[in-house]
Amino acid sequence: MIRLQNIEKVYRTSTVETLALNNINLDVAKGEFLSIMGPSGCGKSTLLNIMGLLDNPSNGIINIADQTIERFSDKQLAAFRNAKLGFIFQSYHLINDLQVLDNVELPLLYRNTTAKERKELASEALAKVGLSNRMKHFPTQLSGGQRQRVAIARAIVGKPEIILADEPTGNLDSAMGNEVMDILINLNRNEGTTIVMVTHDENMAHKTHRLVRLFDGSQVQ
Amino acid sequence: MLKNYFKIAIAVLRRRKFFTFISLFGISFTLTILMVLTAFIDKVVNDNYPDRKRDRSLYLGNIELRGKESMNSSSFSYYFLTHFAGSMKTPEMIAISSRSNSTNTYVNNRKITIDYKYTNADYWNVLDYDFIEGKAFTKQQSDNGDRVVVISEDKKKEYFGDDNSPAVGKYIEADNVKYRICGVVRSIPITAYNFYADIYLPITTMKTNPASDKGYMGGFVAVLLAKSTDDVPKMQQEYATLISKLPIPGKEWDHIYSHADPYIQSYVRTGNEEKSGMLYAIGAVVIFALFVMLLPTLNLVNVNITRIMERSSEIGVRKAFGASSKTLVYQFIVENMILTFLGSLIGVVFSIVVMYFINSAKLIANLDLTLNFTVLCYALLTCIVFGLLSGVYPAWRMSKLNIVTALKAQ
Repeated sequence: MIRLQNIEKVYRTSTVETLALNNINLDVAKGEFLSIMGPSGCGKSTLLNIMGLLDNPSNGIINIADQTIERFSDKQLAAFRNAKLGFIFQSYHLINDLQVLDNVELPLLYRNTTAKERKELASEALAKVGLSNRMKHFPTQLSGGQRQRVAIARAIVGKPEIILADEPTGNLDSAMGNEVMDILINLNRNEGTTIVMVTHDENMAHKTHRLVRLFDGSQVQ
Repeated sequence: MLKNYFKIAIAVLRRRKFFTFISLFGISFTLTILMVLTAFIDKVVNDNYPDRKRDRSLYLGNIELRGKESMNSSSFSYYFLTHFAGSMKTPEMIAISSRSNSTNTYVNNRKITIDYKYTNADYWNVLDYDFIEGKAFTKQQSDNGDRVVVISEDKKKEYFGDDNSPAVGKYIEADNVKYRICGVVRSIPITAYNFYADIYLPITTMKTNPASDKGYMGGFVAVLLAKSTDDVPKMQQEYATLISKLPIPGKEWDHIYSHADPYIQSYVRTGNEEKSGMLYAIGAVVIFALFVMLLPTLNLVNVNITRIMERSSEIGVRKAFGASSKTLVYQFIVENMILTFLGSLIGVVFSIVVMYFINSAKLIANLDLTLNFTVLCYALLTCIVFGLLSGVYPAWRMSKLNIVTALKAQ
């Protein structure tokens, strides 16, 4: 589903050159739940951003859903992300000015969908994360766990084949973290969604199919 | 999608009320200035009272003698208008009037300033003044030198008081001479300076015979009225030919310039150059409008950048979930247009209030500024230009934000 070949990411300033990712080769199979672990600053999030086409590698080839991503225009990249990828962030990144339902509808705004379809799909996604009764609330009226569930609903509303989660339980206590993890596991198990998750939590990582460890930008496991 | 943009635009406006106030105030204040200005121009340009036959009229306002070392420019002499312009074949009639002059008179120890103008009898046939009472003086009265006068409604009220008794038949004194009132017309603003006066007297009642001065220059202007609109170009050509054949009145001059212009051109012509001053006038208005809009636009650009910067996380999320840069530019422009639209609504209200005060204060007598459809169209156009000017750059800049950087900004 995802194939990364010889991925390198170098951050350059006028005086310093930092190698954030060094020759990463990684295959993620369709329907796999993969977790990425490593100490802070080892390049986990950078790798996830590159997988999610949010950032460009300095070198290497990215292949997602049998398509090699190179020379995509801004518009093509946006359409590809919209169709194939869903994102969950540690700090949720919900739009506080919009109600929960509008937040969940967001990926559908960039597709040819009617308002009615958007509402139906968003309601369905919210039902999956158990938040049907919070549609008209604003994110600031929800707990951290609930916000992350809204973020999951937003990630799955467009039925993407891949979900990329950057420390989805990082801001939550263990009970809420487990709730969120259960939703992700069910998604992977029942819908066959491929999930790549960055985490610091060994317990969470062990619930996934496979664990990849990074250290100083290199894959060590 | 528009509904979503609208929701977020309103939410953003409510979030930082001080920024919103600055933005709305800037927009509404600027639009108010522009709308009052356009209302003024619209009134001056489009209000066709009393010259309702503009489509078949040409206006003679100025003649210029030019030599190698000197230049002389002025209105026309009565002799020129009757002898030369009056001999033209195409015009059906020619309205001749003097520039208005002022005189003071005293009624019950009250000083009244009267602006008076001399006209020929055809003046009243070429121009369509609305007569509230009586009628214009006739050709015969004019030829006889009868001391008759047409007065404006405002001057009637000022001179005779607010009672509604007829003024026709009464006498009004101007320049120590008493004139019998034969008609009262609806007043016109001073901005229509070729036609404005408090009282209109027959040219034949002038103290000195205007025909005795055989020069070209004097204190008179004229309106040439063609039989039909089709005759107007012919009439213009005939006048141009007349000027080209006009004897040069002295060795110090080598050229005579004068033009029979349609209304607006005659209004804006600054000299006797070959081209009328239209381009300069439009240019001046556009430059003024741009200048008035420049500072609030820059301010709004700044405020918009700050506002959008606060939303960099949202930009990151939208991009991550499939918004292209172009879509984001569109969103921010729509949001800005909503803000501008709200500002312009307030601007319209401000404009109505300002115009009400200008009209009430009678800064320009008889000039009733109104927010009419034309002005609203200009306001709408201004609003769109304003929204685009202040929205495009911040939107473009923010849409180029790197997604990862944008997401980290929260």
